[in-house]
Amino acid sequence: MSSVKDWAAPTPISENRSGLIGKGVDRYEGRLKVTGSAPFAYEVEAPSKPAYGVLIASPIARGVVTSADIAQAQASPGVLLVWTPDNVPAQGERGAKINPRSQRGANPALADRVEHFGQHVGFVVADTLENAKAAAALVRLTYEATPADLIFEDNLAQADQPEGEEDVRVGDFEAAFAGAAVRLDETYVSPLQNHAQMEPCATTAWWDGDHVTVHTSIQMVKGGQHTLAETLMIPSTQVRLITRYIGGGFGGKGQAYDDLTLAALAARALGQPVKVAYTRQQMFQATIHRPAVHMRVRLGAQADGRLDAFALEAVTHCRREAPFTEHAANFARSLYAAPNRLTGHRLVKLDIPAAGPMRAPGEASGMLSLECAMDELAEQLGLDPVELRLRNEPETDPETGKPFSTRQLVRCMTEGAQRFGWDRRNPTPGQVRDGRWLVGLGMAAAIRGNFLLPAKAGVRIDADGTITLRQGMTDIGTGTYTILAQITAETLGVPLSQVKVELGDSDFPPAPGSGGQFGAATAGSAAFAAGMNLRKALAELATGDPNSPLYGDDPELVSFGGGNIAVDNRAEPLDRLVARAAPDGVYVEGAITPAADARDYSQHTYGAHFAEVGVDPDTGEVRLRRMFGVFAAGRILNAKTAMSQITGGMIWGVGTALHEYNEVDPRYGSFIAQDLAGYHVPAHADIVDLSAMFLDEVDDKANPMGIKGVGELGIAGAGAAIANAVYNASGARIRSYPLTPEKVLAALP
Amino acid sequence: MKTSFTLNGQAASLDLDPRTTLLDALREQLSLKGSKKGCDHGQCGACTVLVNGRRINACLSLAVTHEGDEITTVEGLGTSETLHPVQAAFLEHDAFQCGYCTPGQICSTIGMLKEAADGWASLATADLTADTVLSDEEIRERMSGNLCRCSAYPQILAAIRSAGGLA
Repeated sequence: MSSVKDWAAPTPISENRSGLIGKGVDRYEGRLKVTGSAPFAYEVEAPSKPAYGVLIASPIARGVVTSADIAQAQASPGVLLVWTPDNVPAQGERGAKINPRSQRGANPALADRVEHFGQHVGFVVADTLENAKAAAALVRLTYEATPADLIFEDNLAQADQPEGEEDVRVGDFEAAFAGAAVRLDETYVSPLQNHAQMEPCATTAWWDGDHVTVHTSIQMVKGGQHTLAETLMIPSTQVRLITRYIGGGFGGKGQAYDDLTLAALAARALGQPVKVAYTRQQMFQATIHRPAVHMRVRLGAQADGRLDAFALEAVTHCRREAPFTEHAANFARSLYAAPNRLTGHRLVKLDIPAAGPMRAPGEASGMLSLECAMDELAEQLGLDPVELRLRNEPETDPETGKPFSTRQLVRCMTEGAQRFGWDRRNPTPGQVRDGRWLVGLGMAAAIRGNFLLPAKAGVRIDADGTITLRQGMTDIGTGTYTILAQITAETLGVPLSQVKVELGDSDFPPAPGSGGQFGAATAGSAAFAAGMNLRKALAELATGDPNSPLYGDDPELVSFGGGNIAVDNRAEPLDRLVARAAPDGVYVEGAITPAADARDYSQHTYGAHFAEVGVDPDTGEVRLRRMFGVFAAGRILNAKTAMSQITGGMIWGVGTALHEYNEVDPRYGSFIAQDLAGYHVPAHADIVDLSAMFLDEVDDKANPMGIKGVGELGIAGAGAAIANAVYNASGARIRSYPLTPEKVLAALP
Repeated sequence: MKTSFTLNGQAASLDLDPRTTLLDALREQLSLKGSKKGCDHGQCGACTVLVNGRRINACLSLAVTHEGDEITTVEGLGTSETLHPVQAAFLEHDAFQCGYCTPGQICSTIGMLKEAADGWASLATADLTADTVLSDEEIRERMSGNLCRCSAYPQILAAIRSAGGLA
């Protein structure tokens, strides 16, 4: 196991001689994407004409399928296959090989036991999509429904501690809170949200003998491969899973869904390629969602604002048979100093679709509570909200006492305040007008954990000098292709044009995939390790080759740059060396493992959001006018893609604050919003003057490159900054997100 | 049903199931998979194509209704080597992440710029009698039929401003 002590040494990345690290180079796959020629899973050319699969969804929330009449559907034009619980092929039990971090077991596809509205209970394959859809409408299923628990608020009484978890207590919260000079005790509600990735889940599958190839839209390559192998009851070596381009994931495509299972089963049954895509409605009902969370925040402060007592208790929900906890209180364990602390979670089990991770699980919901509560406490104390946070800045992790690896939260807040013009904020709400609009400013802090997982990567150099990095990693729009190309080019001292990156293939060395903001650090560190191993292999090749100008030199003294390998002033181009000394190319692999002593540090990314909004006092409409964020997230690999990640996250925060929510229909257990007209994600017109900056930082406790993730940090706290701005603008303090016009109108003083 | 139209400058003739949308005809029969299916309900804009120079949601339009039309998809704009100026601007400004909404955003941009040049008003137009000036607010309003869940909106705006010669 490695140690963080090994990570502080200079590397080609920290030396950055070509300047590729941090440079805002264009996306590696950008030309394919702007020309529409990047094939997503449903668009891959199959070896022969594919058939089209269509899924049929349950209209009940809980019960069993009692009968299936498929005669009419089977007789419908072009139909090749109709499956219901009666005749779906046997499937193996899943779970044994699943990576618990990224995957969980799932029921077999088309099970007769219905566990939520929208669960798939039928499947039709036909020669065309139109014929498959028409036939699906002819399948007649009957059900026996059993009582279901559908509404979170109606079931709060059954909230229970998640299995294997305990509340975290430090000091004596109750006594300190009771004795505090100033107290706040409020409950904040974050709603159920949907990922709404632009690309629906989709799979194209075909068989070659007893081997299946699947192109599917999934964030985790190995998890998907093993899940499918278990389902099909074949070894994983007979499953090749490919996922080259993914039209958005955000955590919602971390696991395999029925499109993958049924496309593979049907392709086997028919001896023909089969492709299956979820409809937009099925994306809502039959994938996962971010659950609603009720968060009780209690703060007890001294008159100068220093917190003596802090508690955040979160109650959330999951599907009865699919345990998942939205850890909305975890972030707060490392955020503000307070000697007496209490954090914990309770879980309500419902018969609705499964809850699961969605961009910044925990923080995205949780920070909506505490970061509003701090704003409320600041007002009670007569303090500026930034100042209150500065007074509660801990020197070490407030729960564990561990040192922070890096922590620039204070600078994020002070730098942000200065650049945003925070000093122009009038602390009294409802005082600033611009025409019909009430105008206000709000801020919030951001924190999101940093992680490193084990991963491998392979890199080869061919006789023409082309360097190809291969990894079973994914790029869900995060920029993985691009940063891996930059890391590889900088490590080997070659121009970017000489580097190819191939991702998303279960045949490649495994990486855990995209999620939890760990992708760049994890996949990148493995790519860096592979690059360093290739340097070593090439150094030995050159110094051992009598025809090389480096012959006889010490391999340790070899340097790389400008496409050359060199010692002192003796050099030769890499392609010449490889063509002569290893004409078949050189291939090596590299791996990263987390350092045991990394856990001795409290490791996070930080930021501060500043927002200006307008509130229409007659309609309750809230419009974003300006938003700015300052973030510290380790060394930034690509200025352009990192900025897109962070502003994208901030915009998710705008959606969280103002637009996004879903509710369960108490009659059926379905979601009220089932499409993009009903579920409002931010649109162009909602986003005005939004920008961000990164602080210089290198975190040498994070990984060998000192980088951290940026994919989730931007959403953490962003919605609270807007809610606080709404209060400052109008005096409407709303503790239930999103801040829709009817809530604003009702809360206006 | 036999249907003929001009597709990216070439004559195309198809024998169509009358239920087939223009989007499915493009993707499944003509192998032009650049136009994306995000919602199939005209709510996301990922399928935006140009018909006779105007942008439409191809998922809301039956293919058989396009007899004689001139259809341009993202594949008809530029190639990887020779990008259309709007495509080049999207690349330069990182106006996309996952890339799934991107062909629709690009086709929509081209249609939108033409609408503005033709003097069409939008909800954001204050003076209906004056010449259309593509302010940031106008661009955002006119592009709001194209959703981007990665939320590259600031970058898309910058790309459009630069491609439209507005920067």
